[in-house]
Amino acid sequence: MAQFHTLYNAVIVRGPDEPGIELPPGDFGRVGTPIQAKLLGLIGELQVLPTYLGATGIASLICGFIAFEIIGLNMWASEDWNVLRFIKMLPFLSLEPPPAKYGLDIFPPLQEGGWWLMAGFFLTVSLILWCVRMYRRAKAIGMGTHIAWCFASAIWLYLVLGFIRPLLMGCWCEAVPFGVISHLNWTATFSVRYGNLFYDPFHMLSIVFLYGSTMLFCMHAGTILAVARFGGERETHEIVDRGTATERGALFWRWTMGFNATFESIHRWIFWFATLTTLCGGIGILLSGTVVDNWYLWGVKHGIAPEYPQVHQIPAGPPPQVLRDMRRKGPLLAPIPEVPATLTPNAPAPGPAMSGINQ
Amino acid sequence: MAKLSYESKYRVRGGTLIGGDIFDFWVGPFYVGFFGVTSLIFSVLGTALIVYGAAIGPTWALFRISIDPPPISYGLGLAPLKDGGIWQIVTVCALGAFVSWALRQVEICRKLGMGLHVPFGFSAAIFAYFSLVVIRPVLMGAWGYGFPYGIMSHLDWVSNVGYQYLHFHYNPAHMLAVTFFFTTTFALGLHGGEILAAANPGKGEPVKYGEHESVYFRDTIAYSIGELGIHRLGYFLALNAGIWSAICMIISGPFWTRGWPYWWSWYLNIPVWSHL
Repeated sequence: MAQFHTLYNAVIVRGPDEPGIELPPGDFGRVGTPIQAKLLGLIGELQVLPTYLGATGIASLICGFIAFEIIGLNMWASEDWNVLRFIKMLPFLSLEPPPAKYGLDIFPPLQEGGWWLMAGFFLTVSLILWCVRMYRRAKAIGMGTHIAWCFASAIWLYLVLGFIRPLLMGCWCEAVPFGVISHLNWTATFSVRYGNLFYDPFHMLSIVFLYGSTMLFCMHAGTILAVARFGGERETHEIVDRGTATERGALFWRWTMGFNATFESIHRWIFWFATLTTLCGGIGILLSGTVVDNWYLWGVKHGIAPEYPQVHQIPAGPPPQVLRDMRRKGPLLAPIPEVPATLTPNAPAPGPAMSGINQ
Repeated sequence: MAKLSYESKYRVRGGTLIGGDIFDFWVGPFYVGFFGVTSLIFSVLGTALIVYGAAIGPTWALFRISIDPPPISYGLGLAPLKDGGIWQIVTVCALGAFVSWALRQVEICRKLGMGLHVPFGFSAAIFAYFSLVVIRPVLMGAWGYGFPYGIMSHLDWVSNVGYQYLHFHYNPAHMLAVTFFFTTTFALGLHGGEILAAANPGKGEPVKYGEHESVYFRDTIAYSIGELGIHRLGYFLALNAGIWSAICMIISGPFWTRGWPYWWSWYLNIPVWSHL
């Protein structure tokens, strides 16, 4: 009779600390005394530390700390250094990129995006150094460098959003602000500005891989937990020397859907699903505004989006001349086109029910 | 061939939940079982109805085909076939097929002496679907609140429902769901990369095992959750992504009718700082 278990360690086995395998000559050596954390032992390994710092690690942490401080202190300053108001408004505070009038100027005034550029620079350096570190740590203990490449895919999305696309658009103002709510606002505005990102095929792919990743992790983790009683969690052992855990896990999917991965190939599936999420996402963002100006109209043109009747006489966006002026000069020079007083010219006049409310 | 080299000894009788031995057999690589039969009936009927709906609809363009739920005016009643009735039957078929599939997985688990983690995880996804097409419409009082079955039309539905609440990113449960989706994918990338890196260490290097895997994560991020732990964590994250997705939709409408940005006023009005 199958049981639903293996969700936590009923018995926590305490053994001697593992110092870690030997590092190649020339490496810094590990730091930190091992701690045995019982709470962590309930779901995973007991031991925390030692860890390896090294040059790239330390440099990355310093750069990350500088970026964090720039963002945090700017936010705090924006609340006049009032501690309580800073805490209250933290989710809504933001460090914004330079306004449009500065274009790609790399030395805008500090208060007008200069701090944002600096924070972005240090955060980028920090992330890239951390990726290098993931690569070098794998090499140091003789493992493949897959994780660093997967991480590079995430950095690609980050760079597209904050660097590559703004470069192509000719304006730092196109980049994402640093802030909890503000980056969400940016995302929603971006989607609306480019005619609904749901019609962007690379956004579609990115979402497919994101949801697919979640589905695959549920399938994979569920399978491993279900065969843990046969030692299934020792995956690399099962890859080189197939045991009954592999056989049962494979047959489960074969019998369910006519197809099964192996203990190695399932990790290729999940590696690529995770990697392609950000890879496709980056392409989708990069094409918005540079190649395609309105994804809905793009969808209509290519026969995938339904054509809706136009009921509003709202202009699709600012006329090109106005947009250019906004970029160049900052404040609007050209007059804003007048929006017709009645947004829905074909709508029936207010009926009796509505006039009743008005009274 | 249909059978793997080691498969024969695992093809044992029993473990069925219903129907005894009647459907206890395989077709090619597929296990049948009572729930295999029901799953097949539901999915064939549902697919046929979708094709029929497309045939009487305005287009055969794959991305534009849409099977719409009935208009709101039908409330929670049955609608005529051509006015949302197809959607209603397709919904029943989909739920029937999904639940059958999960129960068939349970039977297969029982045959193989495995835990029930996969069907339990799948049921979280079924719950998310169920909440979109049954729980929320019932709470809102009309089947018309379900989402249409079409590639682009369901995306339009997501957009429209999102903007009905002004800005869906402010929905706290949606925040959690998205966070879980991203975190799951992040953890998945780490796990997939880790196992591939251990099994494919490059020319001249021996294959690595758990000890190296743990050292790698301790070296880089000070803690390694371990071979079993990562699957517990991933399972937890993936399930939460589905569950919070369901919750974020159930509360939108039945329990919160205004724009989601307004929901946060409680936060701004906490007595400690409401005067600021």
